Amino acid sequence: MTLSQSVTQKSSLAQARYIISENSITFGAFLLFFVFILLALFGNAIAPYDPIASNAAVALSPPSVDHWFGTDDLGRDVLSRVLVATRLDLGIAVVAVALSFALGSILGTCSGYFGGWCDRIISRIIDTLMAFPLFILAMGLVAALGNTVENIIYATAVINLPLYTRVVRAEILVRRDAGYVEAARLAGNGHLRIMAAHLFPNVLPVMMVHISLNMGWAILNAAGLSFIGLGVRPPTPEWGIMVAEGATYIISGEWWLAIFPGAVLMLAVFCFNLLGDGLRDLIDPRMRT
Amino acid sequence: MSRPSTLSVVIRRIIAAIPSILGVIIVTFILTRALPGDPAAYFAGPAATQEAIDQIRETLGLNRSLPEQFIIYVGELLRGDLGNSLTTGQTVLSDLLTRLPASLELTLAGLLFSLTLALPLGILAATRPGSWLDHGVRVLATAGVSLPTFFTGLLLIYVFYFRLGIAPAPLGRLAILYSSPDQITGLFLVDSLLAGDFETFQAAFGQLILPAVTLGLFALAPLTRVTRASMLSVLSSDFIRTARASGLAPSMILFGYAFRNALLPVVTTLGVVFSFLLGANVLVEKVFAWPGIGSYAVSALIASDYAAVQGFVLTMALLYVVLNLLIDLLYTVIDPRAGVES
Repeated sequence: MTLSQSVTQKSSLAQARYIISENSITFGAFLLFFVFILLALFGNAIAPYDPIASNAAVALSPPSVDHWFGTDDLGRDVLSRVLVATRLDLGIAVVAVALSFALGSILGTCSGYFGGWCDRIISRIIDTLMAFPLFILAMGLVAALGNTVENIIYATAVINLPLYTRVVRAEILVRRDAGYVEAARLAGNGHLRIMAAHLFPNVLPVMMVHISLNMGWAILNAAGLSFIGLGVRPPTPEWGIMVAEGATYIISGEWWLAIFPGAVLMLAVFCFNLLGDGLRDLIDPRMRT
Repeated sequence: MSRPSTLSVVIRRIIAAIPSILGVIIVTFILTRALPGDPAAYFAGPAATQEAIDQIRETLGLNRSLPEQFIIYVGELLRGDLGNSLTTGQTVLSDLLTRLPASLELTLAGLLFSLTLALPLGILAATRPGSWLDHGVRVLATAGVSLPTFFTGLLLIYVFYFRLGIAPAPLGRLAILYSSPDQITGLFLVDSLLAGDFETFQAAFGQLILPAVTLGLFALAPLTRVTRASMLSVLSSDFIRTARASGLAPSMILFGYAFRNALLPVVTTLGVVFSFLLGANVLVEKVFAWPGIGSYAVSALIASDYAAVQGFVLTMALLYVVLNLLIDLLYTVIDPRAGVES
């Protein structure tokens, strides 16, 4: 190893250490995020018990060495159910956020870039969606479309749509007449190419912050919908429905049924919110509140 | 340039709300017509003959074109006809009206709780930026938006009802022992006070605390955040520096000058907060068996009682439009300039 190599290596290590120590909370949130990804991928494999196998002999037993999170009214292992549920809960949120991000980006870019009638129509549609309390709009959508997991995803995507459309529109609007866009236009690029290759990539950093903050909200919404009995059907393990099933037992003191899935749900949302806050501080310190 | 009178600003705001109302009605109409399967067969019930289904299709106007159906739908709405609930057998409108006060009482109590906590916390954090209190408020604000409302509610029930035994059973607005006060406003707290019945007031208050706190905690985060941020920006502005240099008392500067100006963004945030509150209301009502329109909608959803669900969605949306209108008007009252720019 030459001297210069070791110096660059050392300085990049030092820099990494500096960045981590300056943003320790964000780094912690990132580690937690990584854990949740692992759980979503391998939750089924590391779950100690079958999440839907009932065992009446151990029904409603409190947390113990055998069952870390206790067992529910049918004797199912709460820990296994919480682990396995990670994939479904995160999956619903990821797909919903991806859908609304994609559609919102297209609508917002067109609206901000073209302005005029296109902008007016899109803005009017978004305003109409915003006229509803969003969770209630989601309830109405699931009621009308049918009570399935796919429709939970669509409903969550629709209620997130205004956020993405508005943010993208505002970001495109301030860049629309920037010098590099003029240059691209003069160089003979078409509208589509300017929007997709020149404008949109510049919006992405800001969008990352919103996606992260929005993921937490999407998880909360999806879990809330399944808490009131929409979408996910028993015995499928899902955090919201597990809290709902455990709710009956909390007044008689069997707290572990509802508290563990609820706490993990909270942790997941908290993780995304911290991550979003941290990203925001890194990307755009002016937005810091 | 003459400044438009407050009245004309108010009227303009009300007119500006009309497109929102129209949009809401169009969306709920689309939701009604997007029912899975044939609505006529659905409303006729499972044992209906083809003849009966055709007749219902005729009466519901489902055999006409969509624009015609929309006009019929709007006509029904104007007459206050939201259809009949299959589960209760009553008209949806009367169901909603009898349950609405319970939801309003809960929402208002939750909002009051979070405002009384959020404003002082936000101001304290803004006057001491970087202190432990500021950091604490920041953590609290992030944790607050991460809390699933239904989970907070259950946690509070477990701690205060089961463990400590100081909260009443989480079963509705009043324990069975008490009879509800004579209906004047429909809000039990107000009605019992008007009737001079302090025992009932106390009982209703006891039932209300936990659900209101659950709801309020959810709204606490955005309100604290905005209060802190807007106080910070106002406190660093020139006119505050001038006020300080002129030797005004710190409390006068803080409340007389800074707070009033910092209030505007807080009022704007109330719109978003209400969207959260009305949605979270549904979850809180389910957890605490609160007999409001949220729990009504949940049971209707489970029973596939679509007319009731749609009536609920429409009511909530209209309520939200009206609340936003009130917030706008409040904004005009606090800051007379607000009406001029738009």
